[in-house]
Amino acid sequence: MVSPEAWSRAAQGIADLGGRLLSLWASRAPAGEHIVHAAFISRGENVRVFSLPLPAAQASYPGIEHLYYSAARMQRAAADLSSVFAAEGDPRPWLRHAAWPADFHPLIDAAPPPPAAAAIDDYAFVPVQGDGVHEIPVGPVHAGIIEPGHFRFSVVGEKVLRLEERLGYVHKGIERRFTELTLLEGHRLAARVSGDSAAAYSWAYCQALESMAEAPVPPRAVWLRALALELERLANHLGDLGALGNDAGFALGLAQFSRLKEQLLRATTQALGQRYLMDLIVPGGTRVDLSSSAVQLLSETTQAIAVQVETLRAIYDEHAGLRDRFVGAGVIAPALAARLGLTGFAGRASGQDWDLRCDLPCEPYGELEPVKAGRQEGDVAARVAVRFDEALESVRLMQGILQRLPAGAHHAPIRTPREGAFALGTIEGWRGPVLVALEAGAGGTIRRCHPHDPSWQNWPVLEHAIIDNIVPDFPLINKSFNLSYSGHDL
Amino acid sequence: MWKTLRQIYRTGVITEPPPAGDETLRVDNTLRIEEALQSRILEVLGRALCIRAIDAGSCNGCELEIHALNNPLYNIERLGIRFVASPRHADLLLITGPVAKNMEAAVRRTYDATPDPKLVVAVGDCGCTGGIFGESYASCGRVSNVIPVDVAVPGCPPTPRQILRGILTAISKGPTGAR
Repeated sequence: MVSPEAWSRAAQGIADLGGRLLSLWASRAPAGEHIVHAAFISRGENVRVFSLPLPAAQASYPGIEHLYYSAARMQRAAADLSSVFAAEGDPRPWLRHAAWPADFHPLIDAAPPPPAAAAIDDYAFVPVQGDGVHEIPVGPVHAGIIEPGHFRFSVVGEKVLRLEERLGYVHKGIERRFTELTLLEGHRLAARVSGDSAAAYSWAYCQALESMAEAPVPPRAVWLRALALELERLANHLGDLGALGNDAGFALGLAQFSRLKEQLLRATTQALGQRYLMDLIVPGGTRVDLSSSAVQLLSETTQAIAVQVETLRAIYDEHAGLRDRFVGAGVIAPALAARLGLTGFAGRASGQDWDLRCDLPCEPYGELEPVKAGRQEGDVAARVAVRFDEALESVRLMQGILQRLPAGAHHAPIRTPREGAFALGTIEGWRGPVLVALEAGAGGTIRRCHPHDPSWQNWPVLEHAIIDNIVPDFPLINKSFNLSYSGHDL
Repeated sequence: MWKTLRQIYRTGVITEPPPAGDETLRVDNTLRIEEALQSRILEVLGRALCIRAIDAGSCNGCELEIHALNNPLYNIERLGIRFVASPRHADLLLITGPVAKNMEAAVRRTYDATPDPKLVVAVGDCGCTGGIFGESYASCGRVSNVIPVDVAVPGCPPTPRQILRGILTAISKGPTGAR
């Protein structure tokens, strides 16, 4: 707990030293007092959380968006959900559209308002004026098989002057739903915050829970969790590498990479019982164990995939059409990336060498010694290169995991944490650092659970990546980041 | 170019046979579409079906499996089924997720923009029942709470084969002969 002055001073001090904002959220103490929390990460230090108690409802607190670009939308979300307001912040709602009234705050007020008829509100996009400027509204229902969101392009001719995103369409009340579950059930919801990051979220959730319960997890379980996380990383990169080829007009890339992804998912099903690992990581360990035949299957399958990925990488690298579309598209230069707080693999493609697996390794990453990928160019080509590097590095890590998997139990019982216990879980998911902040209520209930997706950091940067590019390159640039809507909208 | 051709040759044709339909997936809403209209759908759409996928609030898990339908193993296009970019081009809406309240109006508008005759397949536990998200201040729950649904495919997420089976069930005649 800090005073408003200490809060501002801490935020300033961490920013001065090049630290990053991991997440900002609000909660309410049982006595009714509002608390704003911010989690930061700095070089060579553990994640630090500063919590600022506010005297009464509606009270405002010193905003930090002038120090951390991504804080602006997190502050707006906290205002919508928890009724805490950043002084001098953007007053527009963010996650609240027209579905519930402004005086209902889902994480504060007990009774939800009576359901209203479906309505569409009038959002105040920032207008761009000038000779020949026109707007192109896109979404929320997009042309492809993707999640919904709205993009407002202001263009002159074919060039994009400005993109403004409007998200929140898939807000489905996840944070309030958490408070209706028990601590030992919450991992199931965490795994479904963003389905492509199920392992990352369920691990982060269990990490927080186990840390507040002071429950050691069997060594075999943490190695199996790392296996799940790397399988997830590889599957997502395979899917996106194919889609990126396709978006640049190279259908063979999609056919080949989607074939490899299917091969991986089928092996995952044989080994762990699910294509997507929604229910593998549970409090105390993993739901199922890995048989020795499954170890061999995963080892052989991932090695075979790596050989194919190398072949396809050579094809991608030599393909003039792909190079033409990838190189120089959607550039975020390292200086801009640092200022805007670009994170995850997209950050690493723009010279931001942060990776929780290397910087703050949880078991077993300390022993696995992952190699951090990195590029400086910050364009689509760099993000593609980093994805290739990370996919292949995941295969290398998995070989290490499968060879050195400790024997023993894959699960241990865990006791219920005491009321008021609070802990964080942080895991480097395929997209970037996933954070889960968990607070225990009475009798094994969840008082507050805040899941944070790295997309909160990267969505605002995408608005910069498209500037001066042409509208038809947007799908390609967007896919090169592939940010989560569900993980952001909650 | 040589590498590309060699890769194509070495991969070969890997497409698998499709699953049969499954009548247990059919949602009983026989009152919605008259039987005559239903048989007209089959007549008109036959084996040239255009699908518009809509994420109404999903976690993105179901989207990943719908994507897989386009991979060479399921190869949905060889069945005459393809995904289109506009509801105005669609015969069938494939809807995932609980319907988020913030998406309710968009889902209704998309449904209205789809020309008759049309079919709706709800995909995933959330689409079938609201799933883990249920109904709340922010979620309308199952898809059929918002628009009429013909076939609902459970699973979290359902596999591509299960989704394909649901789609094929929707466009096949039911046990009564009329559907």
